[in-house]
Amino acid sequence: MSEIKYIPKSKLAKWFDKRLPLLTLSHHLTEYPTPKNLNYWWTFGGILTFCLITQIVTGLVLAMHYVAHVDHAFESIEHIMRDVNYGWLIRYVHANGASMFFLAVYIHIFRSLFYGSYKSPREVIWIIGLFIYILMMATAFMGYVLPWGQMSFWGATVITNLFSAIPFVGESITTWLWGGYSIGNPTLNRFYSLHYLLPFLTFGLVILHIWALHVPGNNNPVGIDIKKNSNETMPFHPYMVMKDLFALLLFVTVFLWFVFFAPNVLGHPDNYIEANPLVTPAHIVPEWYLLPFYAILRAVPSKLGGVIFMFSAIFILMLLPWLDTSKVRSAIFRPIYKKLFWILVFTVILLGYLGAKPPEGIYLILSRLATAYYFIHFLILLPILGRYEKTDPLPMSISDPVLNKPGILDKVKKAASKYEGENVGSFK
Amino acid sequence: MLVHLNNIKNFFIIIIFLSAVPFSAYSEEKKLDFLKTDWSFNGIFGTFDRASLQRGYQVYQEVCSGCHSVQHLSYRNLSEKGGPEFSVEEAKAIASQFEVEDGPNSEGEMFIRPGRLSDKFVKPYPNVQATTAANDGAYPPDMSVLAKARAGGADYIYSLLLGYDEVPEGLQLDDGVYYNKYMPGNKIKMSEPISEGIVEYSDGTKSTKEQIAKDVTTFLVWSSEPHLENQHRMGFKAIIYLIILIILVYMSKQKVWSRFGSKMTKEEETFDKVERAVTEYEGEDPKTFK
Repeated sequence: MSEIKYIPKSKLAKWFDKRLPLLTLSHHLTEYPTPKNLNYWWTFGGILTFCLITQIVTGLVLAMHYVAHVDHAFESIEHIMRDVNYGWLIRYVHANGASMFFLAVYIHIFRSLFYGSYKSPREVIWIIGLFIYILMMATAFMGYVLPWGQMSFWGATVITNLFSAIPFVGESITTWLWGGYSIGNPTLNRFYSLHYLLPFLTFGLVILHIWALHVPGNNNPVGIDIKKNSNETMPFHPYMVMKDLFALLLFVTVFLWFVFFAPNVLGHPDNYIEANPLVTPAHIVPEWYLLPFYAILRAVPSKLGGVIFMFSAIFILMLLPWLDTSKVRSAIFRPIYKKLFWILVFTVILLGYLGAKPPEGIYLILSRLATAYYFIHFLILLPILGRYEKTDPLPMSISDPVLNKPGILDKVKKAASKYEGENVGSFK
Repeated sequence: MLVHLNNIKNFFIIIIFLSAVPFSAYSEEKKLDFLKTDWSFNGIFGTFDRASLQRGYQVYQEVCSGCHSVQHLSYRNLSEKGGPEFSVEEAKAIASQFEVEDGPNSEGEMFIRPGRLSDKFVKPYPNVQATTAANDGAYPPDMSVLAKARAGGADYIYSLLLGYDEVPEGLQLDDGVYYNKYMPGNKIKMSEPISEGIVEYSDGTKSTKEQIAKDVTTFLVWSSEPHLENQHRMGFKAIIYLIILIILVYMSKQKVWSRFGSKMTKEEETFDKVERAVTEYEGEDPKTFK
């Protein structure tokens, strides 16, 4: 099913669309051809859009009641939780929404890694996506500071102090970030201001991300180019809309389970203690979604080195379309890459686990090994693998991947030999 | 088009696995398991035991409030739904026992008046400095959100209250420092706050140590989460609603997708084409072709 050109029906529509092609745009969005073999891992784009909108809407209401002042911030959160009508619900949705947003974005990113969605011609989508991810982390970090609990304060102290590692200008930059000589009211105020701003920038990038997606069209699980004008695609609406909606509702169920029955399980108890610059918590840990990077930061013995490695861990992903030299996109047809992919998933989860542990003994050794492997995966294994890996034969079209699935021929042979009572080897 | 149930199953296993990771990340190695008791507020349908909350308030008032504030609670909360549910008159009477500084009045003077429902719980000390000065340098924390501010929550508070023990041999403790099995580091500056019969319950409940600890912990959980019952009720309704909606949406989706394309597999399609071509060539009826 191909995309049919939009022809306005009424005169008014014709007049308007010529001046501002909004109707053409909405026609494009509904008719946008999507590969018919997309699986449920492809529903997370829609889920993420939902997450962003949820965060903006709940955040808007919270901002009406929140007071960005070191003496009142903690109290104003309790005011929201107790006295504002359904304030507890709005805050818990917002706080857990951040975690759900990251859960979804990690699935989305790893989906892209597995199916090679970052490869030509989709490099720009990938890079915009990474910028969205970076903005998300900045927004989440600053949002976590706002309740002015112990982890807010000390998390902010640790992260802003990272900038002091920059040679020569580090100290000045840190002072400039803080708006003073320590974290205080000016810091809280600017974090609040930026926390309000960044989601809108993210929203802008999301539009670019989708725009960039609509130029080449979706990748698909098989990873081969599809013919746009064929029965290999189906219009976005109602097919993908219904599928996305189904997946979204399942996601929302998990989301609301946390909100209503375990709203604090993803946070740290210390953040219900008001910030106190004189008392340092036993273990300063960031929110779970930043833990892998925290582990990398602490794995490197020098402060500057740690900062460089931590930021490199993100920025290295920008080069991924060129580091991965394989022409085959989907891991389904790359037997070795498929194994490396799961090792990478394991490594990242391990780093997350280690980020929550004190940096000593076995934990430190493991974080160093995992950090090293993370970089080896991207800088050494992927470039080499693309040259030497023997990939499985690609199907001619997405309609017959079943026939060319690796191993299917053996199965057919086996079944046939059973039927004919012959030896597998001699069967032709 | 068939939906591959197996795919959905795998998908969920991975999601559940991924969402379990954050849990394990924060669980610290526990040296000692907390004491267990059955909390009525746990679980999807958890509600507070009113009588226990009312007794818990009594314990707080008679035992804890000398040092610990609960500054985010208001007296009106005591009569609100989902809490101890004192009658409004009772809550008013409770509030009026306390002296609250108000003002300035028209002469510009601050004055003292009896508490009202709208007042926050009166604090034992005006500020942190006064608190530490009166407590030998220790700071009895505000208990408004205490149950959420400690790993282990209700179980931890309950265990701590019952966790005072003889100092083990070889451990030297300073004056004013006590030994507690459940306190991180085992050293606590609060002397054992509860003992058997320290409060006299008016409803005839026997005031054992365990009972007192349980009641006051229940009160502290409520003060951390005054809307907990509403939260549980609403959550249950929301999940039920979602499950029904998901079934309906899934059915609609299947219906919509069945419109797309034929159910024929590629092989069938090819076979069909060959069949037609042969029929055309032989001039026979497709039905009779073998």
